[in-house]
Amino acid sequence: MSKSNEIIKNYFERDKNKKPFKLIYNLFGNKNLGDLVFEKLTLLFAIFVFILVILMGWEMYSHSTLSIKKFGFGFLTSSTWDPVSQVFGALPVIYGTIVSSLLSLIIAVPLGIAVAVFLAELAPNWLEKPLSFLTELLAGIPSVIYGLWGIFVLVPWVRDVVEPYLQNEFPNSPFFQGAPYGFGMLAAAIILSIMVLPIISSISRDVLKSVPYSQREAAFALGATKWEVTKIVLGNAKSGLFGAIMLGLGRAIGETMAVTMVIGNRPQISASLLDPSYTMASVIANEFTEANSDLYLNALIELALVLFVITIIINILARLLVWSTERKWK
Amino acid sequence: MKMKMSLILFFASIMGILSINSYAQVKLTGAGSTFDYPIFSKWFDVYNKMTGVQVNYQSIGSGGGIQQITQGTVDFGASDAPLTEKQMDTFKEKRGTEVIHLPIIIGGEAITYNLPSVGTGLKLDGQTLADIYLGKITKWNDARIKKMNPDKNLPNKAILVTHRSDGSGTTFIFTNYLSKVSPEWAKRVGFSTSVDWPVGLGGKGNEGVSGLVTQTEGTIGYVELAYAVQNKLPYAMMKNSDGNFVNVDFNTVTAAAAGASMNMPKDLRAVITNSSGKNSYPITGFSWIVVPKDIKNYTVAVTLVKLLRWVVTKAQSYAQELSYSPLPEQVQKLDLAKINSITCNGKKLNIK
Repeated sequence: MSKSNEIIKNYFERDKNKKPFKLIYNLFGNKNLGDLVFEKLTLLFAIFVFILVILMGWEMYSHSTLSIKKFGFGFLTSSTWDPVSQVFGALPVIYGTIVSSLLSLIIAVPLGIAVAVFLAELAPNWLEKPLSFLTELLAGIPSVIYGLWGIFVLVPWVRDVVEPYLQNEFPNSPFFQGAPYGFGMLAAAIILSIMVLPIISSISRDVLKSVPYSQREAAFALGATKWEVTKIVLGNAKSGLFGAIMLGLGRAIGETMAVTMVIGNRPQISASLLDPSYTMASVIANEFTEANSDLYLNALIELALVLFVITIIINILARLLVWSTERKWK
Repeated sequence: MKMKMSLILFFASIMGILSINSYAQVKLTGAGSTFDYPIFSKWFDVYNKMTGVQVNYQSIGSGGGIQQITQGTVDFGASDAPLTEKQMDTFKEKRGTEVIHLPIIIGGEAITYNLPSVGTGLKLDGQTLADIYLGKITKWNDARIKKMNPDKNLPNKAILVTHRSDGSGTTFIFTNYLSKVSPEWAKRVGFSTSVDWPVGLGGKGNEGVSGLVTQTEGTIGYVELAYAVQNKLPYAMMKNSDGNFVNVDFNTVTAAAAGASMNMPKDLRAVITNSSGKNSYPITGFSWIVVPKDIKNYTVAVTLVKLLRWVVTKAQSYAQELSYSPLPEQVQKLDLAKINSITCNGKKLNIK
């Protein structure tokens, strides 16, 4: 303990039963002064993050009171979004957000985890480094570039190759009805899956690598094949992998630019993946600047609030699932 | 003694700095329309070199511009749509003075399409265009389109309607035009910066719409004239209210404003779609600068009035090089009269 601390401590020690000093003494307890400042300061920052979230929620709520009052719960269940007659319902865009994100996960999760397994378990050293670098590079590309690539490369390909193929293979499926324009739910899901793939694969790789090597050695010693060892490792890494998927989902739900450029921007609920759709983030980005009445602005901010709440719910669910699997493994 | 001297010197130098500032650095701030931003940057740059006046413009969108001028956080707002009655009431309540609308530039919109067998110059009238956007005309070889274009090879192809997905003055003008020519459109959809479209795909911005159009055969869409010209998109000739088919260019757009200036409302809040005149192109609209009628700060009032006078007259010569259409002389005169009515704390400004 440094000298100054000693002095302070002795000072308090001497007078600790006098009333005003007792309070301070209790507050500081028996700790080193530097540690104490450090602890309280970091605590302050941690609380600050928490307060920030609450404030954001509160701000959005207080700026959407007009539309909350006017539409109530109907905001979530009505399908009309008509700025002219000032009627706002968010169901189609909530649907579009959730479905496009889930579809993108259906494509990206198997791919992402397969990439991670290869990188962590199977790839030779000289291949692992450049490959992981490249997958992580995908995560750093700005989303507007994905969007432009979507318009000029992905959409024509989806229109001319993917959609006609799907319609040919599954002529009676409700998921592939309608004229193939390229722009629509399918293109959005594909572009989102490319964007979340690097997140899922790089986090999953780190998770797999953190599984103790002794586990693999033990399994190999018992005569397990590579496939069997991988299964064991995957099992142990379950909760971490789940976390990686959830982070991917988080990115997919909030993604704005790339999606709005390929999804067709039409608020409707349709089973067909070929039809255009719309997402919450896209509506906000598209309409916020030119929203010309208070109710309209309030409705857009309420949309942001809904998006915020959905994201929080998903994160809480993910946490709960991770905890429950962790407990099972213990 | 020494101390006193240095204090005096210190204050003298501060006074000096302050007085220099008040002469050289007059600053105006504005906010609003993104459509105006390219020409504003040109104008304010030229004006700064001419006079030393600095104009700071934030292109945050018309809605934001109206909000900021209503709250008094900027000296002028810019909007592609005039203020609604309700917005004008709020303005008066907040600022204690009326709002002045000044048309400062004209925009025209091209109806673009993707039909390789037709080329440029397809003829359309408003009613047909409205029915296409209502989803009632679905094929390019529909009898009504054929009748107007007997010489064109119209394919038996579905029409894919595209529109702007982002709120914009472009959409305001386009839907306003459709509302004027089609009662059904006015009743079912109406006009605004964004609407509930009966059919079609949405693209973000002019580039989004033209991306949709150039990508897919059979599409139709609307983009700003400047955008269509720069990207060499094919565009349709529209039938105007005098019954002539006119091409969209700077002359026909300015002609539309001239046609509309005959019966301009007193507050200049004229939406000039479908205006009269032999050569008037029907899908055009003003962009406005909005300012309070009475300005509290004398320096701001004088600087702003001088700037606005320049903007609506001499500065119009920069319009065409940036693909905007300049104001016709009649509208310039109306603007000047409005600008001269601006007061400072109730007193007239006497500026030459």
